[in-house]
Amino acid sequence: MFDLLQNAFIASLFISVAVGVIGSYVVINRFNYLAASIAHGSYAGVGFAVYFGISILLGTTVFALLLALLLSFISFNNRSRSDTLIGVIWAVGMSIGIIFTDLTPGYNADLMSYLFGNILMVPKSDLIFMAVVDLIILISGVVFYNHILAISYDIDFAKLRGIRVGFLYTYFLILIALTVVMSVRSIGLILVIALFTIPPYISEKFTKDFKAMMFLSGVLAFVFCIAGLYISYSYDISATPAIILTASVFFFLSLFKRR
Amino acid sequence: METVIKIKNLYFKYEKRYVLEDVNIEIKRGEYVAFIGPNGGGKSTLAKLIVGLLKPSRGSVLVFGEPPERAREKISYVPQNINFNLDLPLTVMDVALQGRLNKNKLFFNSEDKEIALKQLNRVGMESFKDRKIGDLSGGQRQRVLIARALASEPEILILDEPTASVDPKGQKEIYKILNDLNITRIVISHDVNIFFEKIDRAVYVNRKIYVHENIEPIIEKDQDHFCEVELLEYLKMFKNKREKNV
Ligand SMILES: Nc1ncnc2c1ncn2[C@@H]1O[C@H](COP(=O)(O)OP(=O)(O)O)[C@@H](O)[C@H]1O
Ligand SMILES: [Mg+2]
Repeated sequence: MFDLLQNAFIASLFISVAVGVIGSYVVINRFNYLAASIAHGSYAGVGFAVYFGISILLGTTVFALLLALLLSFISFNNRSRSDTLIGVIWAVGMSIGIIFTDLTPGYNADLMSYLFGNILMVPKSDLIFMAVVDLIILISGVVFYNHILAISYDIDFAKLRGIRVGFLYTYFLILIALTVVMSVRSIGLILVIALFTIPPYISEKFTKDFKAMMFLSGVLAFVFCIAGLYISYSYDISATPAIILTASVFFFLSLFKRR
Repeated sequence: METVIKIKNLYFKYEKRYVLEDVNIEIKRGEYVAFIGPNGGGKSTLAKLIVGLLKPSRGSVLVFGEPPERAREKISYVPQNINFNLDLPLTVMDVALQGRLNKNKLFFNSEDKEIALKQLNRVGMESFKDRKIGDLSGGQRQRVLIARALASEPEILILDEPTASVDPKGQKEIYKILNDLNITRIVISHDVNIFFEKIDRAVYVNRKIYVHENIEPIIEKDQDHFCEVELLEYLKMFKNKREKNV
């Protein structure tokens, strides 16, 4: 039991670092819909992985990365007009995932465990993957901080300064994909989006500096995970919904604070 | 004087209909030019073509003899809409510093900070440097965006309706800042107050352009308010004078 809790604790920490940074960029750029499309669409990767008997993490990583590339190609020039296509990709990905798990002989598919995860069952190999993704995100976050922030504020001005807007857009969607994938077995593909958006949304209201916003988002995500874990343990309920509901309570409370 | 912007046989369309047709103009170093004309006439489009945010459908735009994207270091721009992303946790200083970025500059050094501060000082916003950009008034934010553009130390500055969301006092301050610069300036305006400034030429943009050369400031501006009504009064005055002389 202690081992499980320890892994859950470490996973929470790693996930919080990633969603604190990436989630903040998602929120200020209003990428929620894109991120959700990557997350849901990646379920196709789960389906393929169980059908062909390869590692789930590998299957979802490949699919999530392909989706990130596809979506960046589709949506870079006109995000609002590509909404429909983004929604269709989301649905197609999920459907493929479900059909392939259905087709897998003798696999009484535990759909729920990938859609909603189980943070108490995170294997060690996932923790290593998470640590690597965190490292990539932190380094990218520092190196491209000023460029991504300039793009987020005023993309036209960023272009005029010669910033590689297209490259950074794609790169950024790839980081979203990696963050989604690293959470597949702990938080799950669907609810991770809530963890992407709720902490930054709250933090944005309390900070006037973007670094502070990312830091506070990470701290909040961690607090929500630990509180959720505690509730889940005490009442013997699933961890992910407990975490997300905890976050939601704070989200609703934050609505009372004006900007 | 050296030509810094050369537009030749320029046509531009977003969709089917041309919004700019057969535009030809050369702008010289140090000139102060106003783009005027009705809403939807194509002023912002022309500005975006000059800075290289849009590409001509036909014809060419050359800045210092090169396509605009090759002259990026020498040209800067203040957009028409300044009220975007107001929730973003970004300070006034952060915004001004963006003028110092370029393709290879990932981090700011002390010189960048010095220049950004100097430009904030020029527009009178230095004491606001730690304030959140979204918390400022329209006129204050406008001035910060001018500082951001100046922080690039451009040789050409293009401002798209910089006084649109600003009260009369703020307008005067902004025009004073522009007047004190000696770089090439293009300012887009759709109100008559621009004629009180020491502009060299006025370009009327309404699908095609019409260039008014050698503009003299019409009167010393000593009143706070001036709009089309006062302009008409002013014209009547001239007409009466002429009739008396006849
Ligand atoms: N992104 C766009 N897509 C399609 N049409 C546009 C776009 N931007 C402007 N237009 C059209 O181009 C014309 C010129 O617009 P604009 O350059 O903004 O004029 P102005 O700045 O003089 O008000 C208008 O008819 C406008 O509706
Ligand atoms: Mg305009």
